[in-house]
Amino acid sequence: MGELSLRPVPTPTGRAAGPTPLNALGDNILTTQLDKVINWGRSSAIWPALFGLACCAIEMMGTVGPRHDLSRFGSELFRASPRQADLMIVSGRVSIKMAPVLRQIYDQMPEPKWVIAMGACASSAGMFNNYAIVQSVDKIVPVDIYVPGCPPRPEALIDAVVKLQRRIRGEPLVKRSA
Amino acid sequence: MADVFIEPRVHGSREEGEAEWMDLNMGPQHPSTHGVLRVKLRLDGEVVRDAEPDIGYLHTGFEKSFEDKTYAQGITFSDRMDYLGPPINNVGFVSSVEKLLELEVPPRAQAIRVMMMELARLGSHELWLGTAGLDLGVYSGFFYAWRDRELILDLNEAYSGVRMMTSFTRVGGVAWDLPDGWLDQLQKFIDVMPARIDDFESMLTHNPIWLERLRGVGPFTAEQAIEAGVTGPMLRASGVDYDVRKAFPYSGYEQYDFDVPLGSNGDCYDRYRVRVQEMRESLKILQQAKDNLPDGPWLTNNRKVALPPRTELSKSMESVIHHFRLVSEGFKGPVGDVYSFVESPRGELGFYLVSDGANKPYRMKVRPPSFCNLQPLRELVRGVLVADVIAIMGSMDFILGDVDR
Amino acid sequence: MTESTANELVRKIQDAFPGAIQESSNFRGDLSVVVDPDSVLEVARHLKDVEGYNYFLYATAVDWPAREPRFTVVWEVRTLPPRSRLRLKTTASMPEPRVPSLTSVWQAANWHERETYDLFGITFEGHPDLRRILMPASWEGHPLRKDYVSFGEPVIFSDQKLENLEPDAIRG
Repeated sequence: MGELSLRPVPTPTGRAAGPTPLNALGDNILTTQLDKVINWGRSSAIWPALFGLACCAIEMMGTVGPRHDLSRFGSELFRASPRQADLMIVSGRVSIKMAPVLRQIYDQMPEPKWVIAMGACASSAGMFNNYAIVQSVDKIVPVDIYVPGCPPRPEALIDAVVKLQRRIRGEPLVKRSA
Repeated sequence: MADVFIEPRVHGSREEGEAEWMDLNMGPQHPSTHGVLRVKLRLDGEVVRDAEPDIGYLHTGFEKSFEDKTYAQGITFSDRMDYLGPPINNVGFVSSVEKLLELEVPPRAQAIRVMMMELARLGSHELWLGTAGLDLGVYSGFFYAWRDRELILDLNEAYSGVRMMTSFTRVGGVAWDLPDGWLDQLQKFIDVMPARIDDFESMLTHNPIWLERLRGVGPFTAEQAIEAGVTGPMLRASGVDYDVRKAFPYSGYEQYDFDVPLGSNGDCYDRYRVRVQEMRESLKILQQAKDNLPDGPWLTNNRKVALPPRTELSKSMESVIHHFRLVSEGFKGPVGDVYSFVESPRGELGFYLVSDGANKPYRMKVRPPSFCNLQPLRELVRGVLVADVIAIMGSMDFILGDVDR
Repeated sequence: MTESTANELVRKIQDAFPGAIQESSNFRGDLSVVVDPDSVLEVARHLKDVEGYNYFLYATAVDWPAREPRFTVVWEVRTLPPRSRLRLKTTASMPEPRVPSLTSVWQAANWHERETYDLFGITFEGHPDLRRILMPASWEGHPLRKDYVSFGEPVIFSDQKLENLEPDAIRG
């Protein structure tokens, strides 16, 4: 695994990245409302990067298919170029040869970006507790949502995307009825 | 990632005088490589001078894992290899164990296996049509394909509870009997499908763009195909009549009446025609299997190998002991090695099983059709345009889970 | 393959290459012949040119650490049009297992032998391009050998105490 080089300190994002014209004004009624609008915009149009690895990729294709239509939740297109994507759905088992590639694609995505670990293999190596599979993709990239299943149903993936949208907007992940 | 460039002395390509090469890396993350395949291309403008596929990005260690699991546990593993047709992997795996044990599978189980396998074949070819078309610009074909594939996944789910990874076989038969109403659902599916395949054909077969993209691209003569060791639609499109279901029938295929479509010059268009015709033949087999479905047990009576039905457990002490032995330890096979093979949508999927008398395989080697079909990629893409590389890779229909295991 | 055709084929090979076949078996209808490593290339050529085994299926190896020689290298071929199948075996022993490569006879053996080299460490002499194919190029070790421990992660159950485990075992 000599080729894998992780940054020792995570890249600061958001406010920690330094003042921008938006947050230079500090936290006041104007910026928090602006934040809400920006977050609403970001969450409503999450474009995933194409990162289908194995069997979960087939179910991811099913999620985009006509019956379970992911594009009604904003993910209209899967962008092949990571420079144009916000979300990386790691769908499938990550082998050790693929791990540096995964990290490189993650690094190429511009901020803000999120990661969904789809399926048992991405979340925890699934049934493959052996020499060839990276034991969970969160050893390589920070994961926002884990989706269990082998492979997870398309509805489960849609649920994950919806939960991610809620998180981006700053809402609690589970809607509590008043 | 140091070896990005193709080295002439290692890979045998030549530098001709002043020609400028560009070494381009296609994959492993690429929309058209159908998985994590990396192809190192050496381009002269848009023309490919040399290409080398680099695999191993999905290597999962299946064969090592098989050595660690009992035969019954291995069935769940076998699903995930060729993940577009899991029922076929299941049948291949258990058929090698059944060959080792010389075990008879009851006719009803054989018929159920045939039905599930043909459904898997249909699903795989549908998805192939969708994604290979998507690479070439047929965006709507993808949605047509998924509309039909969802019906197949519904049937899978009604039978086994899982949309894709069915794991429905057991050594000596299948795990469950067909649920009520499954055959009616299947009949509805069989009635609907021919029109849907016609939809695809009307969209693609005589479409000038489709013909332009595929006709004459990647021709593969029969001699080249045999020398390269390819199987499946790639071989049949070159005109070689070899289909495992006809040549070495298994699981009752000899009783069904179907044809094996052959192509003539092995280009991408022929492969497309062969696969579409195979879909129609699968429907024929499904109809025959459904009409002639025999009654009887769906799992062998040999209690040393297959679990007894649960109702028997309350009545017979012997059944309880058999159940306990099978669940805790599994059955032991004789010493020897066998090779058993089935026809997957990509070609001949074989399982070479070496047993040393234990309850697990000593060595389970999988002969993957996609690995063998991918080997001649280098010869096929010399001298074509990059866009044709996409068409050729699409027409080869390989699955990386199968290539890398 | 039936007993009679199997015996006939073995006899024909023995006539052409006396002493080459070490053993042969017809287990469950699969004919396998074990040939000694020096003559396996000629036997393979004979099988392809004379007997008509022109279609290559796969190549692999089996590791028997308790036996000497340790590895059994297997190639399986078939005739096309499909009439019969044959498993050609030879042996290789440590410390440097080597067998002749059959790529000069069947071109399709190329990747299969590379994979066997990658996973078992058996060198195929005469192979045009023997490199790792499935594992990364800088990987050390040959995973499918029986003494290669397939490390993953120890599974921690909820009632286990975490203090005595090594840091790596605690997936944190």
